[in-house]
Order: sequence, then C-alpha cells, then structure tokens
Amino acid sequence: MASEIVIVDYGMGNLNSVLRVMNRMKVDCIVSSKAEDILNSEKVILPGVGHFQKAMHNLKELDLIEVLNEAALNQRKPVLGICLGMQLMTSHSEEGNCDGLGWFDAKLTKFVTSNQLKYKIPHMGWNQISIQKPSPLMKNIADKSEFYFVHSYRLRVADAGDILNETDYEEIFPSAIEKNNLFGVQYHPEKSHDAGAQLLRNFINL
Amino acid sequence: MFRPRIIPVLLLKNLSLVKSVQFKQHKYIGDPINAVRIFNDSKADELVFLDIEASKNNALISLDFVRNVGEEANMPFAVGGGIKSVEDIRAVIGAGAEKVVINTHAARNPDFIREASETFGSSTIVVCIDVKSQLFKGQRTWIMSGSKATKFNPVEFAQMMEQQGAGELIIQSIERDGTMRGYDVEMVKSICSEVSVPVVALGGAGKTGDMEEVYRSGHANGLAAGSLFVYQGKNRGVLVNYPNKSEFAFE
Repeated sequence: MASEIVIVDYGMGNLNSVLRVMNRMKVDCIVSSKAEDILNSEKVILPGVGHFQKAMHNLKELDLIEVLNEAALNQRKPVLGICLGMQLMTSHSEEGNCDGLGWFDAKLTKFVTSNQLKYKIPHMGWNQISIQKPSPLMKNIADKSEFYFVHSYRLRVADAGDILNETDYEEIFPSAIEKNNLFGVQYHPEKSHDAGAQLLRNFINL
Repeated sequence: MFRPRIIPVLLLKNLSLVKSVQFKQHKYIGDPINAVRIFNDSKADELVFLDIEASKNNALISLDFVRNVGEEANMPFAVGGGIKSVEDIRAVIGAGAEKVVINTHAARNPDFIREASETFGSSTIVVCIDVKSQLFKGQRTWIMSGSKATKFNPVEFAQMMEQQGAGELIIQSIERDGTMRGYDVEMVKSICSEVSVPVVALGGAGKTGDMEEVYRSGHANGLAAGSLFVYQGKNRGVLVNYPNKSEFAFE
C-alpha cells in the first residue's frame, strides 16, 4: 500500500529528523528515492542540506527530475521543499551556477551583508518570519514566530505573489514561497519547536 | 529580528552528564536525555554534546546516545567526541545530529576539515578551539580535552579552519571553564574580527550579563555555556535550567 507522505531521499543531508517528526505525529510516511513511491504517495517532502549543484546532480543520477515534475506539475500533489529542497524548486542558483527544477520563477544569490560582525554568513540561528499572505500552511502560526535557519544563499522571487514569508537579516528576503500545490520554506520546521511542528501538521492536513 | 543563539554545552563522561572546572574536577550532573527534555520544554535554541573521553580512548561518541538525543530533541543539536573520519561524521549525522564538533583531529589533520566540509557542506562542520596560555608562548590551541598543547595560535588556527571550510567555530577558554567569572571577551573579539563564519563563545559564563557582554563587545554570534545551565545559586546546586528568553532579549 502506498504511503501517505514520501520524504525524497537523494543523498543530501539529514532526512531522519523530518521522518522522526512525522513518526511522532503518527503519520504514514516513508523515506524513498523510488519513482513508484513518489508517484503513488499523496504528498511529497523534499528536504536536504548541502550544495545546490550536487543536489541537482544527484536528482539526475537517480532519474528523479521527471518523476518530481510529474508529481508536482501534473499530479499536482502538495509538495513541501525544506531548505535546500525549497531552493531546488527555483529556476537557478549561484551555488555551482546551476539550474533548478524551475517550478518557481525565482533564483538564489549568495547572501551578502555589510555588517559582517553581526550578520555572518551562513545565516545560522533563530529568526522571525512575517507572513505575507493567507495560507493553510500558516494555520495557527503567529506572525513573527521564530524558526531555525541555516543557509548561505538567499531567494529572489520574480512574482511577489509567490512570497509566503519574509525574514529580516540586515535586509528583508523571502523565507517561504507558495504557489498552488507547491510550498517551500528556507527554514527548518523539523527543528523549530512548536511552530515548526505546527507547520508540518498543517502540511499533513492539507 | 535576528538574535544570538543561546546554547547549552553538555559534557558526557560514560554517558552521564558532568560539569568541569578548568577541564578538571568533573562533577556528576545527571541523565543527559532528561536534560534534553527540560531543554525542549524551555525551547532552548540549540544543544551541543561533547564526549570528553572519546578522543583519549580513541573511540567515537556512542551512536546509540546520539540516536536517543535525536528522538527527543525539538531543536538542532551538534555532537563532538572522537570524530576523525568522513565515516564517523556520516554515522553521527545519520544518527540524528545536525552538526559535528571537531577539536583534536582538526589540529592533527587540518585537511580533514576540508574533506569533511566538501562532503557534508560547511554548515555541518563545527570546529571547537580550546584555548589556554602557555608559559612564554602566549595563547595556544589545545586538544585531547585540553590535555595537549599544539603549536597553533588560536587566531591563526581559526583563520586556517575557516579557509579549510569550517562553517562555525566554538571558541572555548580552558582557564575560564566552570569558573562562572565571565568570558574571555578579548580573545573572542580577536577571533570574531578575523573570520567571517559564525563564532560561538564558550567558557566562563556565570550570568546572562556575561552573555550580553560577549555579544556586544566580543561580537560573538552564539553564546554558549555549561555551568550556567546546570547549576543554580551560590552553592551550585544541580538544576538543569534555561532562562526565560526575555532575559536574552538583546538585539
């Protein structure tokens, strides 16, 4: 029987922490890199930590690009990208100068700050989100809630209507995006206490 | 609003929590998993676990232990103790840690940090620099839980670790460890001014005001402590605690 949620394993980073939260919520969830698991699931989580170009390379090697496009764009399953997984949903990243899946008209540029004593790169730690539009993913999450961030590249989104959250790290940048069935968060809900657990619960309940 | 991380650093000896003074006199504190639950309830920003015997015993921190922490922790955590290969890191991350902390092997084989950061990404690799003065030589970087000096000046070592790809540095004063007399703000500042990766200050915190000082004057990005989070009161009664975040509301 197909699992409700599949966490896509493409060899990038710690997938177990997402799985653990799902298990705690008693959700039927598996970690897999198999096309059939992804296509037969109800929802897809694309996690990941690490290098953008290496991640795209791994997706190609595993023949997952077509599969993910099918699940996201034709089957229109809800997809949640987390951190690097969110970044892969965009059209391009400066990290390795590499094209992404292109689901969002957005790109990643290297984070640059002027006060480098206070605003080090990577942006690592707890920061607030400001909610930019109503969304089922934000249900019961207060504006200005804190989430845990670790990243060195920042989003630039062409269509402001796609921006779900913004965050201030010397300058304001988009920290979550949403379009139709597609959701991407730069921060780590699986490591963000109650607000993070609520976000994942909201995704499960979509 | 971005704010500095407040990080309990928890020392492990035979899988029990202990706390030291100047890396000696290890006092039993309690069960580490129980501590994780307390830090969950108080919404701690991040945790660091260091097995202080691992390198001496030429062993890796217990993976079962890391797994148990991972089952409980609702926040990111880093783990150190005897890590000296890419396989070790893979095992520790696979067991549930977000980051690994490397001390001894970073000084013995600096190229290991490059290999590690290229394999797992910089943000996964934390180097802990233990600092103590050596007669006639000034401050040096120490390894093996503070039992062996290296030739490295801490500022130069920090710069080298950044170049090798470390994503974060913990700067720990051995002399201030457990004293609760305040951080070595000057040393932290001298390193923060020379590197562009996040720096976590450790060693000497006795009150939240010490944290504010090392943040404002030392430019630390993470404020870590041991005693402050496991003791309470003048007599140092054991009480695992994490102050209310409003006490740390300095931007």
